[in-house]
Amino acid sequence: MPPLRVAIAEDVVLLREGLAGLLERFGHQVVASVGDAGALLDAVREHEPDIVVMDVRMPPDFTDEGVRAALALRADRPRTAVLLLSQYVEQTYAAELLDMGADAGIGYLLKDRVGDVRDFVDALERVAAGGTIVDPEVVRQMLGRRRAPLARLTPREREVLGLIAEGRSNAAIARRLVVTEAAVSKHIAGILAKLDLPPAEDDHRRVLAVLTYLRG
Amino acid sequence: MLARTALESLTRKPSAFLRSPWPWRSLAYLLSSAYLALAPAALAALAYLYGLAVACAVLPPLVVVSGLAAARLERARLGLVDLRPTADPHRPPERPGVRAWFATRLREQATWREMALLPVAMVMWFVDLGVAFQAIWLPLLLLSGPLQPTVDSPTGWLLAAGGLLLFPVAAYVVTAWAGTRASIVRAVLAPDDTEVVRSRARLVDAFESERRRIERDLHDGAQQRLVSLTMKLGLALLDLPPGSPAAVQIDQAHGEAKRALAELRELIRGIHPHVLTDRGLPAAVLDVAGRSPVPVEVDISLPARLPGPIEVTAYYVTTEALANVARHSAANHCLVRGRLLDDTLVLQVEDDGVGGADPAAGSGLSGLADRLAVVDGVMTLSSPPGGPTSLRVEIPCPLSA
Repeated sequence: MPPLRVAIAEDVVLLREGLAGLLERFGHQVVASVGDAGALLDAVREHEPDIVVMDVRMPPDFTDEGVRAALALRADRPRTAVLLLSQYVEQTYAAELLDMGADAGIGYLLKDRVGDVRDFVDALERVAAGGTIVDPEVVRQMLGRRRAPLARLTPREREVLGLIAEGRSNAAIARRLVVTEAAVSKHIAGILAKLDLPPAEDDHRRVLAVLTYLRG
Repeated sequence: MLARTALESLTRKPSAFLRSPWPWRSLAYLLSSAYLALAPAALAALAYLYGLAVACAVLPPLVVVSGLAAARLERARLGLVDLRPTADPHRPPERPGVRAWFATRLREQATWREMALLPVAMVMWFVDLGVAFQAIWLPLLLLSGPLQPTVDSPTGWLLAAGGLLLFPVAAYVVTAWAGTRASIVRAVLAPDDTEVVRSRARLVDAFESERRRIERDLHDGAQQRLVSLTMKLGLALLDLPPGSPAAVQIDQAHGEAKRALAELRELIRGIHPHVLTDRGLPAAVLDVAGRSPVPVEVDISLPARLPGPIEVTAYYVTTEALANVARHSAANHCLVRGRLLDDTLVLQVEDDGVGGADPAAGSGLSGLADRLAVVDGVMTLSSPPGGPTSLRVEIPCPLSA
């Protein structure tokens, strides 16, 4: 993977520096590193990064600046991938972010995930490549809501559905569940049929279809 | 919830209501109205003994004194059917002596309100005694059917059965009228306790902003440091040969730090749900529902954001209700419905579980009743054994204010 040009927006210096160090260690280039949403928009215009990593809660109000900044950013620069990090994840914000459209990758993860550095960098690269990634916590929330067709799925199919929604590829799902890729494909075909979703070869379209379905 | 007035007791399950002391309290309340008959009797006696002129001369002070005395008695009697405290609205007289007492009383608005109640009470005592006697006499008359010489035996027993059935009906009639009468009396006599409510509301507000501050401090401090720590430990792991003693140790530390972070996050969510402040009640309830082990359907539709204290109260009540559903109900399905009807927020939490929820058994709901009281909310619970359970919360919520 060629080095990515990354912009970071995070108000806590400790984490901003830490993130920059982590990304550089994996060979990516941090082109801008700012402390609030306003500065981020300027930095993106100036440096045109491949991907923006940002905190949801930032100055001045410490509410959901990150979510709003992400929306503004996508309106301004539709091709920029965005990875949002937050101390807590909720399906409400996930829904708003997913509504932004699929012109470029979008990720919404708990900040905790930064601790598993390899997985985190992997997620970042997938988002930069146009993928959609939603934190397992959010997926669990979405699956928890009662929807009749979901009840028809077998426990294994629910598990696979959850992993699809998190944005994992067939290969990754197979590794996680310790089964063959062929078995995963079979499960996925079963799920899509039960939920009346169109079969999709493209991983990304499939993720979006599943997330749209889960949001109901 | 536990009934505090006769009217509230009417909304309980019939079995609970009929076994409660409320019908008897209500009956006692109505029967004790008989004292009001004394006032006109005293006046008539006065006119008879000393002539009409004397009676007319002592009438004005008599009205004031008897009005005040009646009001005092009415306030005391109110305790029979209304457990909420009633305060005496009168000030102590400025100086000792009858004249000073009259001067003080006549300048008080409360005195005039109480005297205005006197004619109303005069009319009401007829109704009180009428209702009370009908309620006792009619069932008794029917019960005596088998003993009546003019009635043949089958009809007599039929009448007696009818009489038995009338008792529960009578209990409702008596309680309903006693409750209505008490609320009329309270409206006139009991001074408004809005100031107390307001100061309680201030207290709740203060608690809420304190919780927000704590949440913010934890978020900006401990949480960020823990994230940074897990990140550093994660990076350190990359540098260590996998499987080496140091790597094993660091890996364990890494796991501990991640668990601490997860626990801290749950704690913070309990202290103050951020999504509530950011996105309002429907979104916050939806997110809570998503974390419930029982599948929860959320159907909340509101025209606008609600005032802060109402939003927070409604949120905590819903959270507690959902926690109870998960803990006790063994339900397969739960529905949370929320609407704004006539400036009242109506929230309903229904499940298809085993029922039998008892707010008195310390299910956490009774604590929420106190919280609800601050925003003038009421909570009603219907949970027959075998289910289903339905909790209904109503909070006055004028959006225009």
